[in-house]
Amino acid sequence: MTRAQLFVPLILFLVICGVGYVGFSLNDRHQLPSALLHKPFPEFHAASLLDTERRISKKDLLGRPTLVNVWATWCPTCKSEHDELLRIAAGTDVRLVGVNYKDDSVQARNWLSQFGNPYELVIVDADGAIGVELGVYGAPETFLLDRSGKVVYKRVGDVNPRIWRDELQPRFADLGVRVDPGMVGWQ
Amino acid sequence: MSKLIALIILLSGIMGLTHAASTVDVLAFESEQQQRRYKALIDEFRCPKCLNTNLSGSDAPIAQDLRRSVYRLVRDGHTDQHIRDFLQQRYGDFVLYKPPFSGRTAFIWLIPIGLLLLGMAVLFALQSRGRRQQAVALSAAEIKRLNELISSDD
Repeated sequence: MTRAQLFVPLILFLVICGVGYVGFSLNDRHQLPSALLHKPFPEFHAASLLDTERRISKKDLLGRPTLVNVWATWCPTCKSEHDELLRIAAGTDVRLVGVNYKDDSVQARNWLSQFGNPYELVIVDADGAIGVELGVYGAPETFLLDRSGKVVYKRVGDVNPRIWRDELQPRFADLGVRVDPGMVGWQ
Repeated sequence: MSKLIALIILLSGIMGLTHAASTVDVLAFESEQQQRRYKALIDEFRCPKCLNTNLSGSDAPIAQDLRRSVYRLVRDGHTDQHIRDFLQQRYGDFVLYKPPFSGRTAFIWLIPIGLLLLGMAVLFALQSRGRRQQAVALSAAEIKRLNELISSDD
């Protein structure tokens, strides 16, 4: 056995350690890539939660950078991110659109009048069909769309101050969304 | 002993039943073939919410929604490939237990082939080394000495 061969077990061991390290650190389900990223937002036609006469379609999301937030009253994390959404709605020029996902419309309207409404429009998705089009597998999920309706960012889970500072704010800057000076940086 | 065996059979029967019962949706199909295709498809896809359960085995709301989507697509006469593409476009490679070969997945597809080649190389190296060692023949003097050594024991 040559001197070089003595190192074979050690090298094999280090390779296994490396594969294990990469493999186990991949186990973050929030990094599940969205199939919709960098693709146009799908076409849809749906009822409006707040104006029952009105129909909403994809063209209502075009022309301005838009944040589409999938939420429901049965989702506790949606409640915890609600204050952050209100803050983003008040402090920036982004168009915030809600998708009321598999929810009861009466409860949803009560929820908004009780806790405040950050949305310009709320799409009713009572049976989750729009959710399937968006690749939604839970709530909340949030999509950032550019002017042309292309999805530039997706967040699975809550929008919190850290997500605002690290993920949303730089992308708002890229898209040319006006942000109040008080909203810049860590809050 | 026979009581224990009976208990095991009973328990495995109950477990089998609960597993089957957890996934029954009441659906109407136009043909038995459609129903078979639906069953095969929902067994094939992975539930996006639950890390290692297929659509047919999960009670997660999203799995129910996707089963309904698959049902609708089967009823509307779409091909299996169209249904696979439909789910993949929306939920990504994650829903496929057999991900397509691409830059990101090349690693997992190539590893078994790589290991096979490595094993064959090691096997071949060991064999050729063994052959080299066998090829040493003894001279007449060495054979004589070997016989002396063996017989000197008695």
